Amino acid sequence: MANDPIHQFQISKWIPIEVGGLDFSFTNSSAFMVATVVAAGAFLFLTTSSRGLVPGRLQSISEMSYEFVASMLRDSAGSHGMRFFPFVFSIFMFVLMANLLGLFPYFFTVTSHIIVTFALALLVIGTVVVYGFLKHGFGFLKLFVPQGVPAVVVPLVVLIEIVSFLSRPVSLSVRLFANMLAGHITLKVFAGFVTSLSAFGVAGAAGAVLPLIMTVAITGLEFLVAFMQAYVFAVLTCMYLNDAVHPGH
Amino acid sequence: MFVASAFAASAQDAAEATHSETGVASEGAHEAGFPPFDSSTFPSQILWLAITFGLFYLFLKRVVLPRIGGILEVRRDRIAQDLDQAARMKEEADQAVAAYEQELADARKKANVIGQEARDAAKVEADAERQQIEKDLDAKLAKAEERIASIKETAMKDVGAIAEDTAASIVQELVGGRLDTTAAKAAVKAVKQ
Repeated sequence: MANDPIHQFQISKWIPIEVGGLDFSFTNSSAFMVATVVAAGAFLFLTTSSRGLVPGRLQSISEMSYEFVASMLRDSAGSHGMRFFPFVFSIFMFVLMANLLGLFPYFFTVTSHIIVTFALALLVIGTVVVYGFLKHGFGFLKLFVPQGVPAVVVPLVVLIEIVSFLSRPVSLSVRLFANMLAGHITLKVFAGFVTSLSAFGVAGAAGAVLPLIMTVAITGLEFLVAFMQAYVFAVLTCMYLNDAVHPGH
Repeated sequence: MFVASAFAASAQDAAEATHSETGVASEGAHEAGFPPFDSSTFPSQILWLAITFGLFYLFLKRVVLPRIGGILEVRRDRIAQDLDQAARMKEEADQAVAAYEQELADARKKANVIGQEARDAAKVEADAERQQIEKDLDAKLAKAEERIASIKETAMKDVGAIAEDTAASIVQELVGGRLDTTAAKAAVKAVKQ
């Protein structure tokens, strides 16, 4: 199983819990969710504990992530959207930390499971729908009728808008999940080449240099992807929230 | 996604093969297949995600974000305050410069006034002195003229006598006779007039 690229996604039960026939066991996935939350929370909490007027490096990182997400949300959803700032910031930090933790060898990647990303995406879309209807009532449905469209094509456009709205949680979750999954599989496959080639003596070990370089390069790329996907998830969250705040486009 | 499903298929095959070979039919049996698509793990993952993410959200919202927001706000206030103070100090410095220049101008004006006064006083004094000297000179001149006039008068008086004597002598020499002094006097008088 050591060379199986799928093995890293295996979920193993640490503390079996079963309620009403459903399995709620504390698994390695749960453990890494806890680790993600604790690491991100502790980092943000501890680096800002001195409340330095002139920030140190670590405090700067916390402040920069704060201002990064704040400006992202303000740019796409305006100042009314700032009520969702804690939500967007939590999503960004959670996904980012989960992606980054997943890059450590032998660590489990929480976001490589479709159910986790799908649950997060549903949370976003659910927030959009609930807030949209609470704030604008049925006016929220104007979201599906863009202004300035000729009456003839309105039914078609509405249909397209509805389909695109419904596909949002799918695309949002699959994007993150597939990126994490594919990246980790690629890493594992190239790393697997290194071990299996070096089993063939000196020539094999010499040939293993190439996949080793690839593994190193892809690891670097994966760090970029880990950040990019967290960013993309957060940006799309902001844009969807903008629909809830200003449904009239 | 193609890659994922391909892997899913092959992994499922492999897992089934393993299970059928070894005959292991433990709880691993229903987690066969591609792990992310194994729905038996979904309730657990959703539950723990809800717990961890919910706590994370609350922690950030209650503790971390107000704190970072506070830090940033305090810094912004402090910078604004410092800028204000700098502006105020600059204003004070400008005022000091203006006051200095004002004083300089005053001093210059004062110096001019003092100079002018000194000059005027000197002029007045010089004028007075000159007038005094001129008066003295005038007096001396008048005296001298007076003396000249008296000298001239006496001289003129003498001239008459000399002319009478001379005229008498000349007549005596030329004519050989004696000239009457009264006639000579009359003649001299006639000539003088």
